[in-house]
Amino acid sequence: MENTIQTVPQNWYLLLSAFLFCIGVMGVLMRRNAIIILMCIELMLNSVNLLLVSFSAYNGNSDGQVFVFFIMVVAAAEVAVGLALLMSIYRNVASTDINVLNKLKW
Amino acid sequence: MTENILQDTALLKPALMVPLLPLVGFLINGLLGNKLPKSITGWLAALAVLGSFLCSVSIFNGLAAKDAIHIDLFNWISFGNTSIAFGLQIDSLTTTMLLVVTGIGFLIHLYSISYMHDDEGFTRFFTYLNLFIFFMLMLIMGSNYLMMFIGWEGVGLCSYLLIGFWFKNDAYNHAAKKAFVMNRIGDLGFLLGMFFMLFHFGTLDFDGVATAATGLGSNHILIVSITLLLFIGAMGKSAQIPLYTWLPDAMAGPTPVSALIHAATMVTAGIYMVVRSNVLFALAPHTLDVVLITGVATSVFAAVIGLMQNDIKKVLAYSTVSQLGLMFAALGLGAFSSGMFHVVTHAFFKALLFLGSGSVIHALHGEQDIRKMGGLAKKIKITYITFLIGSLAISGIPPFAGFFSKDEILAKAFEQNPLVWGILSISSMMTAFYMFRLVYLTFNGNFRGTEETKKHIHESPAIMTVPLIILAILSIIGGFMGLPEVLGFPHRFASYLSHITDASKNLLPTTHHLSHPTEYALIATAVIMAIAAIFYARNQYVTKGYLPSDDEKALPALQKAVANKFYVDEIYDKIFVKPIQVLSDLFLVLVDKLIIDLLVNATAWFVGLTGRTLRLLQTGNTGFYIFAMVSGMIILLLIRLFI
Amino acid sequence: MSQLIFFILSSLTIVSALGVLFAKNPMYSVLSLIVCFFTVAGHYIMLNAQFLAIVHLIVYAGAIMVLFLFVVMLLNLNAETEPHKTSKLKFAAVIAGGVLFLTIIASLKAGIPVGYHLPAKSNIGLVEIVGQKLFTDFLLPFEVSSILFLSAMIGSVVLAKKEKR
Repeated sequence: MENTIQTVPQNWYLLLSAFLFCIGVMGVLMRRNAIIILMCIELMLNSVNLLLVSFSAYNGNSDGQVFVFFIMVVAAAEVAVGLALLMSIYRNVASTDINVLNKLKW
Repeated sequence: MTENILQDTALLKPALMVPLLPLVGFLINGLLGNKLPKSITGWLAALAVLGSFLCSVSIFNGLAAKDAIHIDLFNWISFGNTSIAFGLQIDSLTTTMLLVVTGIGFLIHLYSISYMHDDEGFTRFFTYLNLFIFFMLMLIMGSNYLMMFIGWEGVGLCSYLLIGFWFKNDAYNHAAKKAFVMNRIGDLGFLLGMFFMLFHFGTLDFDGVATAATGLGSNHILIVSITLLLFIGAMGKSAQIPLYTWLPDAMAGPTPVSALIHAATMVTAGIYMVVRSNVLFALAPHTLDVVLITGVATSVFAAVIGLMQNDIKKVLAYSTVSQLGLMFAALGLGAFSSGMFHVVTHAFFKALLFLGSGSVIHALHGEQDIRKMGGLAKKIKITYITFLIGSLAISGIPPFAGFFSKDEILAKAFEQNPLVWGILSISSMMTAFYMFRLVYLTFNGNFRGTEETKKHIHESPAIMTVPLIILAILSIIGGFMGLPEVLGFPHRFASYLSHITDASKNLLPTTHHLSHPTEYALIATAVIMAIAAIFYARNQYVTKGYLPSDDEKALPALQKAVANKFYVDEIYDKIFVKPIQVLSDLFLVLVDKLIIDLLVNATAWFVGLTGRTLRLLQTGNTGFYIFAMVSGMIILLLIRLFI
Repeated sequence: MSQLIFFILSSLTIVSALGVLFAKNPMYSVLSLIVCFFTVAGHYIMLNAQFLAIVHLIVYAGAIMVLFLFVVMLLNLNAETEPHKTSKLKFAAVIAGGVLFLTIIASLKAGIPVGYHLPAKSNIGLVEIVGQKLFTDFLLPFEVSSILFLSAMIGSVVLAKKEKR
């Protein structure tokens, strides 16, 4: 795959990751199921990862890949804690609908 | 300067040890004091000062009078072309003061171990004392005015802490505050003087300032203002008119404190400072006149008040003020070494007198009123004898120490101005009178206190009497350091300091030396006057058995005024304190309550209002939050795009 | 050739990502997200990040998605229980996403122009290179991330545990 960088402009990767990110945002806004929202957040994180990897490749510097590595670490931790939270919420209200969780106000 | 400056010498270590040891003592006692037993803390403090004293002795032995050690520890402040070093300077003047401070300091530490033994603040007391010694050493060892100022402020702080040592007594706290505030007035003068020096000379080094000032010539307005400002500082610290009222009140502190701080060391800092800047003062004859007038006035004024005091420590306090006035008079006459000589001898006999009075108070379980004493001579013999020696020394009876130093000042006064001589002689005579009034009322006659107290009168333990005896010996022989030239001996004290004072000697107008017969006559007059005063006191209080009455109203107007210290405190209260109080009340209502409080409250109200309004945004709907977040992102990106 | 592969992968990515959004059954959402992750891994290989592609597969497809599947099954979620927003809100969400996309594209245009760049080293994605970076320049963050994992582990255990009544 030596020639990918020579034939595919980086702009395309930027567009792709921007689009992926917006799909993630849309998902977060659209769905009410907390699990799906979590998945959409994963989608957004992935778009950022793709962006970092593309920059790393086009600049010939592997620092970006190390950052992706760390983002994966954070994402894994986040999912673990987030799902655990969801579990305990579900146990209490028997639903994963975020609109049920409206106690967080004045 | 002509002195040889030694940069690298074997004396470096002892020189650094001198201030360091009390500091270490302070730190150990201050940090760990509560965990150490009393027997250790007191001795630890005393040994720290003893170590300092031994180091000072080795410096005194190793350092020739014409040499000086400069130690620049590090460059402290530097801006523009100016840099101020954190430096120490040791020359003959420093050494003199070092020996006095550490030597007498050690004796007083020793004395306090017993005197303060039953006090609950025992460790705190020694912590403060060591801190005081440290700051005092910084004051006299600093190589520039700023270093001196550190010590100057430090001893002021310690003085405050020790006057208010028994802080449970409200009156004592007021006395401490008074001392602090009075000193601040003087310190402001000192500070302004330093700013002037820094601005115009670009340096605060003693040598540098002296050289720069010499270049300006005599009576330059700048030098006059600097010296006047410095002298205001000295007035505060050394209790001169009009800033003297704090010193008698400072007797609220424990008696060893009065001996150490308010008689022997700290109050002489003003004199030390003037001698240190003798070149400056010699270049400003106008200031010297002010110094002379202030000194003479203080000397007489305080002596007059001293005549009517009935508290044993108050008498000594006014006597200290009077003697300090005498020293300033000497400085005003340009006799810098004579002033220093009197500082040293005064330190001996005044420390002795204070410690002696402490011993009396100790014997009588806290009684300070001399009207309730009497007849103590047989019961506490050592105290009586040493106290008597101190009184003879301060009265100027030969061959005790005070005679030589006092006589030297009087002779210098007669050289320049017989009127000054006359006033100072009268003041000395009054000194002799009130000192012996004190001695006779305390030690002679019959005991006038309660029977209960009488039973318990006892001589103080050895640890208190030994310092008394040592100081008494010093009061007897201390004067031989400076035998008058008329007797054909070399004046060793003056020649030891000559390197310090030579620079100014050429700047002062030369006076004709007194002929020998005149000098003999002066000595004879002084001695006769003192003896006459003593006999008058004896006649009044022993033969006639006259006792100062308790009822002030019965006294004639003049005596009543004297007994009330000429109402100076009341006058200050009316002129300064009351108007300031009224003014601050006004500001309280107008500025504080109306403007500042309003601003603060309005801010709080505004924050509350915005909070109340904005909290409505918190709907609790998570979807709305996410929506708001996305909108925020879009807005940020748009801002990035268009701005 | 590369361009062709890029287009195929990208369209797969986008379609599967949209599948996550619009699937009625959460189970299908999870499955299409797994597809999406595989295509992203394909992109990584295209970009010479071989090591990262493998790690991506292991962590996302292997661990995270399994976790999601577990939870979905555990809670017994399906299309019937799935809550839905009103269509008006859905419309608003699409508009907001579209506007965000537009602004991002616009700010990309305004930013530094990127296109074909200098020939890059092809070995930057190898284990050796990334590992060296990780254990020299990024050693401290690497170690700190282990603490993050530990706390996440403990936290999730504590949160998911049944409370004693």
